[in-house]
Amino acid sequence: MIEALNITKRYGNHTAVSDVSFTISDTGVFGLLGPNGAGKSTIMNIMTGCLSATEGSVRINGHDIVSEAAEAKKLIGYLPEIPPLYPDRTPEEALGFVAMNKGLSRQDAKEQIEHAMEATRITEVARRLCGNLSKGYKQRVGLAQAMIGNPSIIVLDEPTVGLDPREIIEIRGLMRDLGKERIVIFSSHILSEVEATCKRILVISGGKLLEFDTPENLAKKYADATLISFTALASETEVRGILSQIEHASKLKIRPFGSGKCQVSFNSGAVDQEEVCSRLFFAFSDIRKPIVEMTVRQASLEDLYIEMTDNVSNDQGAGRRLIRNLAKGGSRK
Amino acid sequence: MKSVVKYELLSYFTNIPAYVFGAFLLLFAGIYTSVNNLMAGSMNFELVLQGISFIFLIAVPILTMRVLAEERSQRTDTLLYSLPTSMTKVILGKYIAMLVMFLIPLMIIGLYPLMLTAFGHGYLLVSLGALTGFFFLGASLIAIGMFISSLTSSQAVAAGTCFVVMLVNYYMASLSSFVSSQPYASLIALVILAAAVAALLYLLTKNLLVSGIICGMMELALLVLFFVKKSLFEGLFGKLLESLSLFKRYDAFVDGMFDLTGILYYVSVIVFFLALSVLSMEKQRWAE
Repeated sequence: MIEALNITKRYGNHTAVSDVSFTISDTGVFGLLGPNGAGKSTIMNIMTGCLSATEGSVRINGHDIVSEAAEAKKLIGYLPEIPPLYPDRTPEEALGFVAMNKGLSRQDAKEQIEHAMEATRITEVARRLCGNLSKGYKQRVGLAQAMIGNPSIIVLDEPTVGLDPREIIEIRGLMRDLGKERIVIFSSHILSEVEATCKRILVISGGKLLEFDTPENLAKKYADATLISFTALASETEVRGILSQIEHASKLKIRPFGSGKCQVSFNSGAVDQEEVCSRLFFAFSDIRKPIVEMTVRQASLEDLYIEMTDNVSNDQGAGRRLIRNLAKGGSRK
Repeated sequence: MKSVVKYELLSYFTNIPAYVFGAFLLLFAGIYTSVNNLMAGSMNFELVLQGISFIFLIAVPILTMRVLAEERSQRTDTLLYSLPTSMTKVILGKYIAMLVMFLIPLMIIGLYPLMLTAFGHGYLLVSLGALTGFFFLGASLIAIGMFISSLTSSQAVAAGTCFVVMLVNYYMASLSSFVSSQPYASLIALVILAAAVAALLYLLTKNLLVSGIICGMMELALLVLFFVKKSLFEGLFGKLLESLSLFKRYDAFVDGMFDLTGILYYVSVIVFFLALSVLSMEKQRWAE
């Protein structure tokens, strides 16, 4: 079990993490989601004892990460953003070093090193120097290091950055496997990755914990309506006139383009989407202005993430732009 | 700690710097033994050790430059922070590994006085005392080098700074003779020294209040002492420089005296700089 209690980290006048609290007691994969600079790595460094919190505390299975560091750190495996590997050592030696420091017996160390190397598929490079390994292999060796000592909590800071698609799939699979018996917390700013892998998500923005829930609950909570978007060969005034008849429509966005065309999207609060679509179709038909394209889209994690981070007072513009670029649409009906 | 020692030794045996360090010591010890003992027909091996002590100016930066600076530059310090091993044990482990690398050439050098006995009556006890002193001198310089390495992520900066510090220490006793013996001169020098110590403390702790209070207390104590007993400050700074010189302390061992106060001083320097190294590494964790 990991408990973060009101953790705050300040660097001079800048608050990197502000009053973050959460408890994870059940096994599974948990995502720390947030844009770059949101404070994800700082939180992970505090959780693993690599950094001290200005205020608050972290407890691992009841052991404080600062005052009972040795006990707490035995229960944690950590892969930082840059895998901490000595370039003049081999993966086998690197894993041996971690095993010795975690107090494993020679036999246990041997077994766990073999298991970690097999799980991360680094056996074939076990005796090559870490400095000569590719980024993907370095990441795997780092992950194997985090697995040594059979920790009950594994913390991974952006474990899939810089990997090719095949390696990303492998690492995600490994995280799921590890999550069956232990708590795996990983950070990412890639929404689809978090959505696909995690049981629950911690959404961080501006150093604050905005939400901690399942992807489904978050979607329900934030995106309580379905997004309808369409393109009509009508003027903006005509579109506005017709949409004023649709009850519960919100977040209306109209973008006129070309000659007499409009791209429209709005949040429909109605339960029966087909009925809304039919009304729109006939309303435009009545004025002999055709709808050339119409889509009904369930709000995705991207949408709710943008909505959540929009509410943070700090300037998260860069993060939101990044998310928008990433968001190529959610699940389409 | 054992794991750190083992890991570090493995690293030293697979990298060039430790070999260069050992080669430097052996090369100069060989040259000086040939010239001072074999060619001159002298049995005073301690003079060889005194003669080659300058080699620490180059050898110590070579050995110590990477020990902690490299951890920071390669971001492997994160691993050390996340392991259930305390930073004190990590620092001690790394230091012991360096001492082992120093002891290996020193043990070979230790055979020289034994070999010299084949040519006449040697002063083995004096040589043994000088070797012991030489070990402690090197060990304290390595501790200083380690601390300097903990302050930066650049090995070149660590080596350069370490060389300058070693050089100043080497010539400190000679420089002391140039310092004015006037009480005011000593007071000014000590006031500056106290401020420098407080600045170093601030650098390590980033705690302005504590550093400021300590600086104020030291300055106040100096001023009070100066006005109460001015005569105490006569030539004080020069004497202080001389007594702080690690190399000067070694002269007693060369003169055939097993100077226990010297050993105690070297041990104090080692403990002090190892503690500073731990503090310096912990400072990263507590960065505000």
